[in-house]
Amino acid sequence: MDLATLIVHVLNALLYASVMFLIAGGLSLIYGVMRIVNLAHGNLYAFGAYVSAWAVGRALGTATEASLWMYALLPVGALAAALLGAVLEPTLLRPLYRRAEEYQLLITFGLLLILEDVMRLVWGPYPLQASALYEALGSLTLGDSIYPTYNLVVVVVGGIAAAGLWAFVYRTGFGVVLRATSQNMRMASALGVNVNRVYVQAFTLGCFMAGLGGAVIMPQQGAVLGMGVDALILAFVVVVIGGLGSLEGALIGALMVGVVREAGITFFPEIELAVLYLMAAIVLFIRPAGLLGRA
Amino acid sequence: MSAAVAAPRRVLAWSVPVLAALIVLPFVVPPWQTVLLSYGLVFAIAALGFNLLLGYTGLLSFGHSAYFGVGAYAVAFIVKYAKLESMEAFLLGGIVASGLVAALFGLLCVRYTKIFFGILTMALSQVLWSLAFKFFWVTGGSDGLRVPTPTLLGGLVRVGGDKQDFLSRRYYFYVLAVFVLAVAVMWVIVHSPFGKALQAIRDNETRAEFVGVQVWHYRWVAFVISGVFTGLAGALWVPLNGLTTPDILHWTFSGKMVFFTVLGGFQTFFGPVIGAIIFNYLENWAVGYTVYWQMVLGVVLVVLVLALPAGVVGTLRRLALRPAKAT
Repeated sequence: MDLATLIVHVLNALLYASVMFLIAGGLSLIYGVMRIVNLAHGNLYAFGAYVSAWAVGRALGTATEASLWMYALLPVGALAAALLGAVLEPTLLRPLYRRAEEYQLLITFGLLLILEDVMRLVWGPYPLQASALYEALGSLTLGDSIYPTYNLVVVVVGGIAAAGLWAFVYRTGFGVVLRATSQNMRMASALGVNVNRVYVQAFTLGCFMAGLGGAVIMPQQGAVLGMGVDALILAFVVVVIGGLGSLEGALIGALMVGVVREAGITFFPEIELAVLYLMAAIVLFIRPAGLLGRA
Repeated sequence: MSAAVAAPRRVLAWSVPVLAALIVLPFVVPPWQTVLLSYGLVFAIAALGFNLLLGYTGLLSFGHSAYFGVGAYAVAFIVKYAKLESMEAFLLGGIVASGLVAALFGLLCVRYTKIFFGILTMALSQVLWSLAFKFFWVTGGSDGLRVPTPTLLGGLVRVGGDKQDFLSRRYYFYVLAVFVLAVAVMWVIVHSPFGKALQAIRDNETRAEFVGVQVWHYRWVAFVISGVFTGLAGALWVPLNGLTTPDILHWTFSGKMVFFTVLGGFQTFFGPVIGAIIFNYLENWAVGYTVYWQMVLGVVLVVLVLALPAGVVGTLRRLALRPAKAT
């Protein structure tokens, strides 16, 4: 394998890792703060993709060439997912915090079923595409290979999101409140933190990240029914490897999943998914809290 | 002592008429109704197994599609490679295969509880799903594998004639018999000292360990029994469906199992059975009524969790017991 091919493989691995981190980071953040595993998280990622695809589609109209300003429409999907999260948490999840976690899992499973069909209802059963945005950036030449420039944009967005989230959680006053609530909700509450507000903010932020993941990958993959359910399971693999509730863990898990997926697609396509799930099972077996998780 | 005797007597008082009704049913209703009910009874067997873990041991599995699917694929492999068409061979194959897989997966899973248990069972079931999906030369991939109508009772009951007629009469009675047997066996299990030990573990793990219950060992045995019941259901389901596809191994099918167990009420013995049968009708109706059937199921689930957490049977029982307590 020559150097150019290796670089392409590395870039592809980083591409998967970026999107996986955006989804899994949000899932992990929500679990870390609220102790809820949101089975509908993948649907918020899909929702972000659909809203962006719809917005870009409206802007494109009949034009086949994408103009630069249309890239500014992609974050619309992330904002829509955040808004949806801000509505869902107080209405559906808040009544359940005092109940057994079985019920919390079940209600998010119900939400998964509902959101899946809401997207079918609103945008129809066929995939939405905005590949004009993907093609407009052209491609780079790396030795004998060519590589789409847009993929680099996704990697950069993933990197910026990771850095931004880190700064947000570890360098702002809100981050301190968030981490305090995550470590000890009762104590934080006793010290005057409005836990309800922190919960809705954390949930909204997590949904924003999932929506952003869907929005940035959409020009490459389109928005398809079922993409949320598939993404959720991979996000589970990521957070189980990294540790539920740990953002650093989600980053490491996303990188590992990215590398294994790229290697899997190249060398062992039949068992690529099985290897990923087995990885999660083995990590969970050896270190139940994940590589970087707290027990 | 008297309570232990009274409970089965009360159950017999209504289960005998229900059973009689189930036996008469195929002669009264149109064949498609009987076939639909057969699906419900099959899911009820799976629910019995699932609830041994959720209701009696306190472990929420999100990966029981694995054992249902293994039971179903075991039957398909018996047809494909061993060229057998005997239903008893199918059931034996389904029980052995799902028992082996549950024994292996259980060894990994029972060390954990709560959400980690749920995710680990889910990850393992997804391994099987992706294998069934990708190894198409063995499993038929997303097209699945066909299974012909089997011979029943070692060839005593011949297939002959119309498939619909076979499924709605002979096969229905076969499913009903296995169902009654499964209910009886599970009833004995949960009322045995072993079942009591499981409930002790569910209510207080530390205390159970303190009085000498080997917690992980009991959990593992419960896990295997649970997997075998679910696998048995999978094996019964294939001839009914005529086809097995990777869908039944996917974790969303596990989600449905959780759904109907909670729908009926997991704190009661018969709740999951009723829940499975109701769910089957509900899903069938929703699929026929609208393309947005998932939304219907989702709304039912959300309302159920918010308003009726005890499930249908649990709520009815509470209503029935309330006046008795007042006096």
